Amino acid sequence: MIYIQAIVVLGGLGGTLAVLLLIADRFLANYGPCKVAINDRDPIEIEGGRKLLEVFYDNAIFIPSACGGQGTCGFCKITVKDGGGPVLPTELPYLTTEEVEAGTRLACQVKVREDVVVHVKEEYLNVKEFKAVISSARMITHDTRELRLKLTEGEEIDYRPGQYVQVFVPDTGETTFRAYSVASAPSSKTEIELLVRLVPGGLGSTYLHNIRVGDGITFTGAYGEFELDMSEDTELVCVGGGCGMAPMRSILRHIHEVAPTRTCRLFFGARTTDDIMYMNEFQALAGEMKAFGLHYALSEPAQSPGWDGETGFIHESVERHLGTEGRRQAFLCGPPQMVEATMRVLHDRGLTRDQIFYDEF
Amino acid sequence: MTTETTLGSVAVVFLAAILTNNILLAKFLGMCSFIAISRNIRTALGMGLAVTFVTFCTAVLNYAIYYGILVTGAPLCSADLTFLSFLVFIMTIAGFVQLVEMILERFSPVLYYNLGIFLPLITVNCAILGVNLLMIDPDLKFGLAKTAAYGLGSGLGWLMAICLMAGIRQRLEVADIPKPLRGLGITVIVTGLMAMAFMGFTGMVDL
Repeated sequence: MIYIQAIVVLGGLGGTLAVLLLIADRFLANYGPCKVAINDRDPIEIEGGRKLLEVFYDNAIFIPSACGGQGTCGFCKITVKDGGGPVLPTELPYLTTEEVEAGTRLACQVKVREDVVVHVKEEYLNVKEFKAVISSARMITHDTRELRLKLTEGEEIDYRPGQYVQVFVPDTGETTFRAYSVASAPSSKTEIELLVRLVPGGLGSTYLHNIRVGDGITFTGAYGEFELDMSEDTELVCVGGGCGMAPMRSILRHIHEVAPTRTCRLFFGARTTDDIMYMNEFQALAGEMKAFGLHYALSEPAQSPGWDGETGFIHESVERHLGTEGRRQAFLCGPPQMVEATMRVLHDRGLTRDQIFYDEF
Repeated sequence: MTTETTLGSVAVVFLAAILTNNILLAKFLGMCSFIAISRNIRTALGMGLAVTFVTFCTAVLNYAIYYGILVTGAPLCSADLTFLSFLVFIMTIAGFVQLVEMILERFSPVLYYNLGIFLPLITVNCAILGVNLLMIDPDLKFGLAKTAAYGLGSGLGWLMAICLMAGIRQRLEVADIPKPLRGLGITVIVTGLMAMAFMGFTGMVDL
């Protein structure tokens, strides 16, 4: 008897609390309809209480975001000109003082509670969503997979060499995207290539390592600030570590297609021979391009029997080979330590901040 | 249930909860959020107010539930269900915390995000459950008024302790502290010193 009473009491109290919370939710989390004005477009009317990032995605504005709206990547920066409330502590680590003053916010953290006026970079308004199927997949090192994505018939994607796309990761319970640099040359408009290194426990890389040829995939793009200087007398310096090879491959294949006489160098850093990628392909390119310097360096040569090439970290290789003369432009992509060390070398060699583009991951 | 409920005796309970029986400095309950949130006075004040509000409301609510349903011969259920008090108290606290979360998110998003993970953690803040369980101690013979005073006093006592701590820690930031003691070490030592200082109130008032 007492057990039944206990269950009834617990159930009754739990139910009452649940009902109370539901009522509170109805009244407290109800912000009514709000208007969101994006750039010069007509304001959109939405139900209040939603995150700006969701509003953007619903309206086919694909601003970059890698963490699924968790506020941990800091990619979804936009300018809020009116409304939006105070800057939240969750945003501060990603914003500089100037950005805070200019009204920069993270779209995933701003809840629409009133009418807001926002400004999104014009280039994001041109970003589109693409559907594709995996047309081929192969492992190019022990942990890196090369995927070819064939766009739906009739679709074409325009991108600059070195730009990236955001792949939608399904079945995560949230809108999760992961950024991957395009590894193919921009002349390939109906089919793009991505390099995916398997990160243990990583949502995006696990998904892309398990996806099979013929499976459908959704991505948005293209994003990225990489802007190639096409003047003939500028020397190109590409420095990649690990999967940072992808944008470098895009850039160099593009150069090979449109300006094969350009002076350019590729520095690629890896740990061991197992991590080396595309070496044969680039050696073939080097044969066809007269002024192409190819430098692969291994940081753990002891684990790489038979390696007779350069050893040490890749920034040391840059230091050895790069002169101080002439107009140059550099592209870096790789782990933060690599980018930081290489930046120092490049500054020493006389490159200024606006001559260097980099992506850290 | 009560021996006497005069304004004076209620005030004594209230003061005792803040000073002599401070839930944090005398009973050392609610230490985790106390240490984690006491870096900045503003956040500490916000957290303290949230804890005070939840402690006060849940103390009153749980008092009603305890004497209305759980004890032997209660008006709503005559069986002795006091063994459920842990579960029921936690449930009420959890529900209340949810409510406070909603209110804060609506009216003070900055505070809401500042408190971050610690707001849901109020649910398992031992200070609050501690107050709820201590107030039903049969030796104390608390009536509704004294329970409310005890809940409010304990919450305010916790608020006072965390704000004092935050003030001290803001000064500690610039103090020359031996390296091994920086951070948690000095915080626990300071907490101990504060507890000793609060022992000075012993005998002034008693529950």
